[in-house]
Amino acid sequence: MKKSKLSHFLIFMAPALVLIVTFVIYPSLRTIFTSFLDENGKFSLKNYVEVLKSRDTFDPEGFSRGFPLGTLLHNLIWIAIHLPLTISLGLILAVILRKVKGGNILKSIIFLGMVMPMIVGGVMVRFMFDGSVGVVNGFLRIFGIEGKTWTAYPDTALFSLIFGSVWLWTGFSMVLYSAGLETIPKDFYEAAAIDGATPLKIFFKITIPLLKPVTVVVTIMTLLWELKIFDIVYVATMGGPGGASNVLALQMYTYAFRELNYGKASVVAVILTVSTLLASIPLTKSAGELR
Amino acid sequence: MKRKRYLIMNLIAWLIGLVWLVPFIGVLMTAIRPLDELLHGWWNFESVHFTFRNFSASWNHPTAPLSKGIINSLKVAVPSTVFPIIIATMAGYYFSRYRFPLKKFLFTIIILTLALPQQMIAVPVFQMLSSMGLIDSYIGLILLHTAWGLPWITFFMRNFFVTIPVSIEEAARIDGASDFKIFLKIILPLSLPALGSAAALQFNWVWSDFFLALITIYSPDKLLATQRVPLMRGVYHVDWGLLSAAAITVMIVPILVYIFLQKYYVRGMIGWAMK
Repeated sequence: MKKSKLSHFLIFMAPALVLIVTFVIYPSLRTIFTSFLDENGKFSLKNYVEVLKSRDTFDPEGFSRGFPLGTLLHNLIWIAIHLPLTISLGLILAVILRKVKGGNILKSIIFLGMVMPMIVGGVMVRFMFDGSVGVVNGFLRIFGIEGKTWTAYPDTALFSLIFGSVWLWTGFSMVLYSAGLETIPKDFYEAAAIDGATPLKIFFKITIPLLKPVTVVVTIMTLLWELKIFDIVYVATMGGPGGASNVLALQMYTYAFRELNYGKASVVAVILTVSTLLASIPLTKSAGELR
Repeated sequence: MKRKRYLIMNLIAWLIGLVWLVPFIGVLMTAIRPLDELLHGWWNFESVHFTFRNFSASWNHPTAPLSKGIINSLKVAVPSTVFPIIIATMAGYYFSRYRFPLKKFLFTIIILTLALPQQMIAVPVFQMLSSMGLIDSYIGLILLHTAWGLPWITFFMRNFFVTIPVSIEEAARIDGASDFKIFLKIILPLSLPALGSAAALQFNWVWSDFFLALITIYSPDKLLATQRVPLMRGVYHVDWGLLSAAAITVMIVPILVYIFLQKYYVRGMIGWAMK
């Protein structure tokens, strides 16, 4: 490790720092600042009270009436369904497809969900759950069930988007788990097989524990993705009908660029950021190891 | 017994695979078959005709032509890939080789910004660009993408440089090469695989971006490809042929990048997420 001269700092580091500070750090601080200002420019918690009390954010009546339940709960429901499903599906697919004929082709196709722009992903989700051309209804029709356009009804809109986003994101955990599986030495499996362990036992006692570091990373990245979800909702339902599939990121956009209420928009942005920062705490550990 | 189990596993795997395959086939069929054949579902193959009308209709759409969107997206995505990679590679190298004040603090900040949602900067950035006259301008959007890409590429490249042994550079230094020359002549050529990964991912992310474009670009003829997709939806009913063709056109570019740079892409994805 060399000691730096000023000229080195100016050439190597300064351009990056200037841009990050100007377009990322400073705007973030200003958003925090704006969230605490009332319309007269005085410090207040008014925006926070308004946003947290708003039905957009949390709507307790939804429990008896049905959706919408508010963006905060919608994002939480998203996490509660999407996180366990994508992680377990990704792991299972990574394990199975390793031993299957054409497994690599299937992996590539599943991974396409992650490669396409999420705005196109939203169109795909909307397509799958459509009343006439949708794949879901085509499948149900085999059993004689006549479906509907699932994204157009308050009670099914959010769930359609969530299951659609599972379809889009599973490729991510699958690819990371596939890479993780490569690092497990073959001897472990051979030794276990000689001891007479069943495949299921090997999976639970060897594969899952050894993949724990991958699981941590996949969990964090997936959490961040679920919290930031925007494009899919924007193009598929625009948060509707009647806010039934609205999420925090879209609520922020609506406040800021439709209602031009920067105070409330900033509050939603701060809530969103606090959640993503909490989710990514384990990542900052690698900064601690820095020399 | 063993053979039977192998067959069953293959069967299960391909059944699960169908869940991913069928929607892609569906979108493709909807895009390339005429409307009257789709009324009873695209899975009806009694009479099959192919047409490219939907592709040409979305390509030359009267209010939101995709042709223009694709060109606009390239105009934004290419510089937004090149600039941050140059700047962040240098910063990443600096982090990996030098001691300097506030190093830990700066690195922590960079890691924290990795988690930031774009909504956190949206309003101030919109106001800043407006006051600089850079709203509805690609220069403004390229600046944003560059700044937004810097933290992760810096982090990614630093993690790569740490794996290159310092002894190579020391040998060159004894021969009298300057630090900057060592970086250009020795380090950069060694970093080509990592640079390839960073470029593939950054390009696809900029191409796929919707939010930053949405808040900064609004003139109809300047809209990027991703911004034109929602405009194809139609107001009262969804024209699925048109929308499917548009979706395929917009996703083809990142998919091509993925196919041609698959090795780098997947490695980058793993490196981006891990460590």
